[in-house]
Amino acid sequence: MNDAYGPVPRKEDARFIRGQGTFVDDIALPGMLHGAILRSPLAHARIVSVDATAARAHPMVVAVLTGEDLAKRGMAWMPTLFGDVQAVLATDKVRFQGQEIAFVVATDRYAARDALELISVDYEPLPPLIDALTALDPGAPVVREDLPDGNHIFDWSAGDKEATDAAFAAADVVVECDMIYPRSHPAPLETCGAIADYDAVSGKLTMWSTSQAPHAHRTLYAAITGLPEHKIRIVSPDLGGGFGAKVPVYPGYLCAIAASMETGRPVKWVEDRSESLMSTTFARDYHMHGEIAATAAGEIIALRARVLADHGAFNAVAQPSKFPAGFFHIFTGSYQIRAAHCEVTGVFTNKAPGGVAYSCSFRITEAVYLVERLTDMLARELGMDPAELRMRNLLRPEQFPYTTPAGWQYDSGDYPRALRLALDMAGYDELRREQAERRARGEYMGIGLSFFTEGVGAGPRSQMDILGLGMADGADLRVHPSGKAVLAISVQTQGQGHETTFAQLVAHELGLSPDDVEVVHGDTDRTPFGLGTYGSRSTPVSGAAAVVAARRVRERARLVAAAMFEVAPDDLEWLDGKWRVRGDPDQAYGLDEIAKAAHSTLELPGGIEGHLDASAVYNPPNLTFPFGAYICVTDVDPGTGEVTVRRFVAVDDCGVRINPMIVEGQIHRGLADGIGIALMQSIVFDDTGNCLGGSFMDYLLPTAIECPSPELGQTVTPSPHHPVGAKGIGESATVGSPAAVVNSVVDALTPFGVVHADMPLTPGNVWRAIQGRPVRTDLAIG
Amino acid sequence: MKITVTVNGTDYSQVVEPRLLLIHFLRDELRLTGSHWGCDTSNCGACVVWLDETPVKSCTVLAVMADGRQITTVEGLARGGALDPVQEAFATCHGLQCGFCTPGMIMTARWLLDHNPDPSPAEVREAISGQVCRCTGYENIVKSVLWAAKHDGDDGDDADE
Amino acid sequence: MQVPAQVEYEKATSVEQALSLLARYAPGARILAGGHSLIPMMKLRLAQPDVLVDINAIPGLRYIETAGAELRIGALARHADLLGASLAGEHFTILHDAERVIADPVVRNWGTIGGSLCQADPSEDLSAAFAALKGSMIVHGPDGSREVSARAFHTGPYQTVVGPAEMLTEIRLPIRPGGGSAYMKVARRIGDWPIGAAGAAVWLAGNGDRIDDVGIGLTAVGATHFVAAEAEDFLRGQPADEQTLARAGAIAAEHCRPASDLRGPADYKRHLVQELTTRVLRVAVQRARGLAS
Repeated sequence: MNDAYGPVPRKEDARFIRGQGTFVDDIALPGMLHGAILRSPLAHARIVSVDATAARAHPMVVAVLTGEDLAKRGMAWMPTLFGDVQAVLATDKVRFQGQEIAFVVATDRYAARDALELISVDYEPLPPLIDALTALDPGAPVVREDLPDGNHIFDWSAGDKEATDAAFAAADVVVECDMIYPRSHPAPLETCGAIADYDAVSGKLTMWSTSQAPHAHRTLYAAITGLPEHKIRIVSPDLGGGFGAKVPVYPGYLCAIAASMETGRPVKWVEDRSESLMSTTFARDYHMHGEIAATAAGEIIALRARVLADHGAFNAVAQPSKFPAGFFHIFTGSYQIRAAHCEVTGVFTNKAPGGVAYSCSFRITEAVYLVERLTDMLARELGMDPAELRMRNLLRPEQFPYTTPAGWQYDSGDYPRALRLALDMAGYDELRREQAERRARGEYMGIGLSFFTEGVGAGPRSQMDILGLGMADGADLRVHPSGKAVLAISVQTQGQGHETTFAQLVAHELGLSPDDVEVVHGDTDRTPFGLGTYGSRSTPVSGAAAVVAARRVRERARLVAAAMFEVAPDDLEWLDGKWRVRGDPDQAYGLDEIAKAAHSTLELPGGIEGHLDASAVYNPPNLTFPFGAYICVTDVDPGTGEVTVRRFVAVDDCGVRINPMIVEGQIHRGLADGIGIALMQSIVFDDTGNCLGGSFMDYLLPTAIECPSPELGQTVTPSPHHPVGAKGIGESATVGSPAAVVNSVVDALTPFGVVHADMPLTPGNVWRAIQGRPVRTDLAIG
Repeated sequence: MKITVTVNGTDYSQVVEPRLLLIHFLRDELRLTGSHWGCDTSNCGACVVWLDETPVKSCTVLAVMADGRQITTVEGLARGGALDPVQEAFATCHGLQCGFCTPGMIMTARWLLDHNPDPSPAEVREAISGQVCRCTGYENIVKSVLWAAKHDGDDGDDADE
Repeated sequence: MQVPAQVEYEKATSVEQALSLLARYAPGARILAGGHSLIPMMKLRLAQPDVLVDINAIPGLRYIETAGAELRIGALARHADLLGASLAGEHFTILHDAERVIADPVVRNWGTIGGSLCQADPSEDLSAAFAALKGSMIVHGPDGSREVSARAFHTGPYQTVVGPAEMLTEIRLPIRPGGGSAYMKVARRIGDWPIGAAGAAVWLAGNGDRIDDVGIGLTAVGATHFVAAEAEDFLRGQPADEQTLARAGAIAAEHCRPASDLRGPADYKRHLVQELTTRVLRVAVQRARGLAS
């Protein structure tokens, strides 16, 4: 039996290459209406009145909903994923540019758009709070007068403050830096949207929607609409990317539901790109002050961080509820450190809500960026090579499982081996020689390293929940009489290839071909409950559930096979994809024969009622900890500030790789993310709160030109607690790559005395850094 | 206004508003949903189709401009059920993940190979430089196009009608 | 996606018909050529014409050819046509340098030269290139046609001399032997509008040691008519050496008026003018000397 793991071609490709995918906007239902949202042009204003009379009179407009209309249904406000509230349609105030004011429903998309201009809104402008650094100043505009603490959301800390302060006091060298991780946006190519179809006769709501977490959405909709949960069906069809953008519940979805209830017809709402960039979940926006303490010999002894987190107008972060700053306290990184302490303060501003998205692994992107920048800056301060400094301080394999000063238990890893491999692949010493030669000629190349550890696969449920829903995921495995299997899972692919990799997981356990396993996902009527796909949790959690279910099936098959052979179950062993009699391996039954028998007239053993089917809910005992070593080579033109990424070497360890082809594809993407985030992507605001970067003309995404052909390497350190030793890969490269790019550019600019420059390193920002007058990159240039 | 457009070899006559974008005409009127849209500003290229044998961003063309002309979309590439080598290439080389940018990439790639049968990797990257992919980092898209270049004309696809 | 407001549509099959339609529906009529400048504006509803006059069916407006000592470009020539025309590249490398960095290959398939020029975006690249080459535009109106210098064609951001009932039909570039030209652009990413760009065309004298004549065009930095006139005046008759070219770059930087925006801060843009002007002059000189391609 061939091992089902490996670069198996993807089953989902057949429809996509023919243009036969089914994305939400591809769906048209009989009688379907189209919705469009009127959005606030102002960042902060009182709503004096909303007059939709002219819009309602438009011949093709069927309905217009305002905040007042929704309030009558108890739907004007909705809970966010973090226990705050968010306006569905504004009633009292608008709190960010782009906030939803009214919902027009018309017979076609174009008429809906036209009718938006027929709604007249009277605003009383208020001074906006845009600069997060001023949010807690006395006299700052108050974004949330509905909450008791003004613009202050939370304070949170982790680590040992006393021990850290003592370590800093005793250190030979301390390097500190202010750095911004700018606001960006996941920008999946397909925007968000939904078709809501409420059938008043049956009382059932069916939603086709772009959701990475259909079951969680169903539970939320039940709470918001009052409809019982068993009368709600969420179908997430093909998704054109997600990257965290499709985790939250957005006002547009609820407007579509309300409109369908109101009109008795299906209502489709799909956002356009500017709406997406301006109002759906942004990512990052952390203002960080980091400090690193070391001995003169280069031993890192302590880390300290103080962070101001800009959450926008509502606290809508999609992350486990006990962690208001996500997993930021993984900021001690991959190093042996004596002590660490971090403090994070969250504030409201007059900007769109969000913060946790875009492959951030719940703020691990921010944490890794901080520690890897500080490490490079420390190397510079010490006059030490940054690779050497890292090698000195990396955790050693014998130290695992390792508990960090902030409380994480890393499961497994051989870090020095990964770094060594990356350095070899890059030809590091040769690169340094080349750099020196070029510098002598007035050419500037940079070599940037990044070593990251991330924690994925949340769970366990006792520690990790979203709105009280424990983060565990289920799998239901059915085996048909012919031995073909159907696996229903709760996670939702947005391109990661679940239809293939999950089939491989099950096939591997049951001696099947992946072609024999059909994966069902995305439909809450057909799949078990689970918290969805984000935080790289599909393989670690849902994958584990699938494996556990498959092993349960296999054990049930053992019992049936034993009955077929008329032996005791222990007389059988599983070998090469079949149950075989010990000592007589040619006496064997495969799953197809056993399934047929289970459905036949055979006298079944106790515990088997007539099939092999099994379910599992996997509650992960811990996160898994993928890691990697990245090296980025850039060339910088100091005359223009232009940066060219010449090479990107990436060594990743995600434990056992089920489908290496798919794993590598995920890494390719994350490296491109790093280039985009480091060099060109950001959403900035001017001082009146206008969101600049509300289109792809200004929110620039990397193309095939900016991304070099990546050079990938791997090490495999299985996770000791995952059923097949896999760790998850989806976010790793996005986590590790930005620091590599920034470290590279700063390294190139060392001769100019540049010690740090904030992302995005656009040509202008690079040039200003060289001049010693860096730009504050989260605000528009006045 | 009444327009007549030939799409994938079939004539369609329809009355449309002058402002109707070609991408919406294809998707919403003709129900050819293989071409997609992903932005408002002609940047992303999810909407690339051929207009008179030339790749265009169909979100930036009015349907009325296509009156009397030929359109080819991804749905029109396969011949008699046989995939175009470019389509096969994307599946073979893992050149797609979510599939949303894929039809546009395939149409541009097919046109490139029709005009430059042996492109360099740099030429492939240049050809798709106006189209965004958020999933693949482009590497496997480039590999797919190069694979298609090597296998173009294999498997009887050169036995054209 | 954002969609245009309602609009009427007429199709012209001759220049005369187009002009007559423009006159009939003025001032709310706009010419529709490639649509790749106009339709994006209409989708964002920044432009809301009453009537579109589609000129794509007018024969004889899409060409790139020589006539006597001129290269003539029909207004309906697509950007891809210009980039692919070896005739254009042979005489004026600057045109290929510029086209290579305008938008992206698919947009270049449909956007027209005339459309880009008449959109008159201050960041549009060909304006500076044609200004550097001291070209001229042929504008057709109800009273016949007139020739306007490329250096007087643009009257302000998004404004040209083309009246509401007039149409650009041709661009003419004088071909002078012994010249060299180049264009360089810095953007935040490929395909983006320039943060700043410079184009230069030089003709040398005295064994290639002296600058006989020069044209310098600047994009996106507030240069009047896209021209670096003071730098041109300085250079004429000067030795074509590194020091002089650098000085010309400094003068060009002194006299432009860049504004800070999302693409970059004003001081950086001003620096770019200096840097890029010097660089394009250097390359143009090398090309004029036959030393570079």
